[in-house]
Parts: sequence; C-alpha cells; structure tokens
Amino acid sequence: MEQPSLFPPASLTVTELSRYLRGLLESDDILQDIWVTGEISNLSRPASGHVYFTLKDPTAALRCVIWKINAFRLQMGLQNGQAIEAHGYISLYERDGQYQLYVDTLRQAGEGYLYQEFLRLKARLETEGLFDQERKRPIPTHPRCIGIITSPTGAALQDMLNTLRARYPLAEIILAPASVQGEDAPLEIVAALTALNQAEQVDVILVARGGGSLEDLWAFNDERVVRAIAFSRLPVVTGIGHETDFTLADFAADLRAPTPTAAAVLATPDRNDLVVELSRLVSRLETAFQVSMGSWSAILVELRSRLLRASPERQMQDDRQRLDQQILLMQRIWKQRFQIHHLHLEGLLNRLAALNPLAVLERGFSIVTQPDGTIVRSITQVKTRQEIQVQVADGHFAARVETINNQGN
Amino acid sequence: MAKSVKDVNELTYEQAIAELEKLVARLEAEQLALEEALNLFERGQVLGQHCALLLDQAELRVRQLTGEKE
Repeated sequence: MEQPSLFPPASLTVTELSRYLRGLLESDDILQDIWVTGEISNLSRPASGHVYFTLKDPTAALRCVIWKINAFRLQMGLQNGQAIEAHGYISLYERDGQYQLYVDTLRQAGEGYLYQEFLRLKARLETEGLFDQERKRPIPTHPRCIGIITSPTGAALQDMLNTLRARYPLAEIILAPASVQGEDAPLEIVAALTALNQAEQVDVILVARGGGSLEDLWAFNDERVVRAIAFSRLPVVTGIGHETDFTLADFAADLRAPTPTAAAVLATPDRNDLVVELSRLVSRLETAFQVSMGSWSAILVELRSRLLRASPERQMQDDRQRLDQQILLMQRIWKQRFQIHHLHLEGLLNRLAALNPLAVLERGFSIVTQPDGTIVRSITQVKTRQEIQVQVADGHFAARVETINNQGN
Repeated sequence: MAKSVKDVNELTYEQAIAELEKLVARLEAEQLALEEALNLFERGQVLGQHCALLLDQAELRVRQLTGEKE
C-alpha cells in the first residue's frame, strides 16, 4: 500500500511554472539566435502594426510575431503559403502559455543557402584581389558621356534619367539594356559592359537595378559579372538594390552607390554648383584684368608725364629758361671780371701814377734838359757856361752850368 | 597661342572650364605685356560665355546601343 509522503512534491503556481519555462528558454543560446524555415500561415496584420503568423511544416507549427518596429523594416511582402526563413529568438508568452518566435529578420526560403554561396564566392574573389582598394579608379568629375547598364523597363532607369536631367544635362547618356535578374541576366550584363567599353566616347559606366531579395539580385553576385566589372576599361559605379544591399558587383566596382539614383548623383556634378563655380571664375577674370589694367594705367600715366616733360614745347620752355639762367650767369661773371679789371686798372693806374716822372718832380727831383729838349743824364753832356733848362714840378727856368764835378769828387 | 572663337565652341565643358582656370591664374599671377593681358581677357570672356551657354541650354541626350560597335 502506498503511504502518502510526508513531503508531497511542491506545487507551483501557473505563473511560477511559466516564469520557470521562460527562463529555461531564454537561457538557451541556440534558442536566442535562431533561423527557422517554414511556410507562412494564419497571417494577421492588425492595426497595432505588429505582425502575427504561424510558421508550419508538415508535422509541426510555431507561433511567430514581428513587432511593429521590425515589421516596418521588412522589405518582403508576406503571404500565406510563402516559404520563408525567419530569424529571431524563442520565448514564452506567459499570458497564454504559448512559446513564440520573436522575429527580427525574414528572407525567402533557400536564401540561407544562397547567402552561404555568397560568402564563399566573396572569400574566393577577395583573395584574388578583385576587391582591392588599389584597383579602384577615380570617377571622372565632368563626364561627357555616361553609359548605363540596367533594365530598359525598370523604374531604376527613369529615376536615374530624371536625376541626370536635373543635375547634369551636359552629359550624353548611352543606354546598354540588359536583364537584371534571371538566368540570362549575367551574360547580358557582361555583353553590355563589353559594348560600352568599346565605345570610344564613354567616360564612366553606371550599373543599376532596383531593390529586391538576395535571389532577385543574384545576377550581380555572378562571377562572370564581377570579373567583367573588375576588368572593365572604364570606371564603374554600381547602384544595386537598397542601401543595405551589398552584392559582389558592388565590391568589384570602382565606386558603390547605395541606390541607382545615388549612382547618378555620384557620377556627376550638380549644374547649380557649376553655375556658381563659373560665375566665381568669371568674377576673378574681371578682377584680375582690372588689376592688370590698373597697373598698366599707372605705367601709362607715368610715361605720359615723362613724355610731356620731354616734349618740344616743354623743351622750348626749358631752353628759354636755361637761356635766361645762362644770361644771368654770364652777367654775373662779367660783373665779376669787370670788377677784377677795374681793380686791376686802378692798380695799374696807381703804379703808373707812382712812376709818373712829373710825380717824381713833386718829390723834389728836377729834369735838366739841353736847350733842344734832350734830357741831361750825364756830366759829359754839358760844358761850363752852357745854358740848360731846368724843369721842376710847377714849371721850368733857364740856368747856366757853373762847375762840373764827377760823382764822388 | 591665339585660337579662334570657333575653337572655343568645340570645347567640352570640362575642357573650357579647365582652360579658363589656367588663364585666370596666369592673369592673376604675372604682370603680362599689355597686349597679352588683353588677349587673355578676351579669350577668358569667350570661354566663360561658352560655359554659361552650355550650362544654360544643355539638354540631356539619351540614346541606346544597338548592339553594333560604336
């Protein structure tokens, strides 16, 4: 017989059990970061913005929820019956005792496999150096001719053309149409690249397509396309999918743009900026010319005044002035000389006066002459009893020689 | 290096603006002979007008490769 135990097993409340289970689930690393494959059913999108659905496969089902903030970011459309892979964490919604997958990302089923393939290809091509930064060439700043590779019917082309028309209508656009998804796409894209690279006048190539899933964009992960871009003669700008999409073509390109429109923007200058740049340049031209003319003007003015000073008119005025100056000079010189002469003359006169025989007479000397006027200088010229004339300062008188004596007797 | 006005019309925007830049730099830097300064200024004006015209009147030309070699 079974005895009831003294210590019956503990009885948990539902809340306690639920909390325990939740704790168990949330402490499991695998369950906190997991991808689950299944088919969507019971899809519900209430007004709250949250998305509810069940992922199922033939033998099991899993409740899923996508919170509004994550649902907002979803780029896929969701439909019942769709095979998808959902990523998130497992937890327990205690209120109804339901474990759920809280989803943050979705992708098409099979994309997991595709993604692995993507990583493998990326690694292989990267070791070949196809994505090296040194291989990337600068994009021309003012392309005369732009080649575009994209679907002729897609929205991407129209967006790009509108952007180019507004920004840089100076360019010529050459469209090389190609499918951007499907089996034929890689070869068509490669053919378009080849054709544009052969066109002499093209300066840059834009490769573009609109958004889509990894599968949709797969052509741009194709090895043939990647190599054609890496070895393109002309620089390549890629604008593939949305901001967060990265394809191998993007890595191989000389420049990656987040979208087709962004590719058109990155490849061209804005016309408005060009207008401003041009008007600044013209302004500088005019200023530089004025400055140059200014200094030439100054030189001319200088020359003109020098010319004026050197002109005949001026020359004559100068001459006249010089003449006057010369005359004055000469007058001065004459005056000086004259004065000298005068003094000289006076001096001479004085000396002359001093030498004047008559002046000698005033000093007491007399001049004795024969009656015929001959001056008597020597005793040999006279005889005793002879008549002589004697001239003194104030007159003359006759005299007779009495005695003759030698000097010294 | 006297080129005709007709020459300028055949320049692309990039070529014309590059020449204008160089020309302006020369005019700003050197004290040129009077005649040369006049010539440069004249050519600069022609280049500037050509660029302005290109900017103002350009219309995007779009064509499609037919598959034949260009």
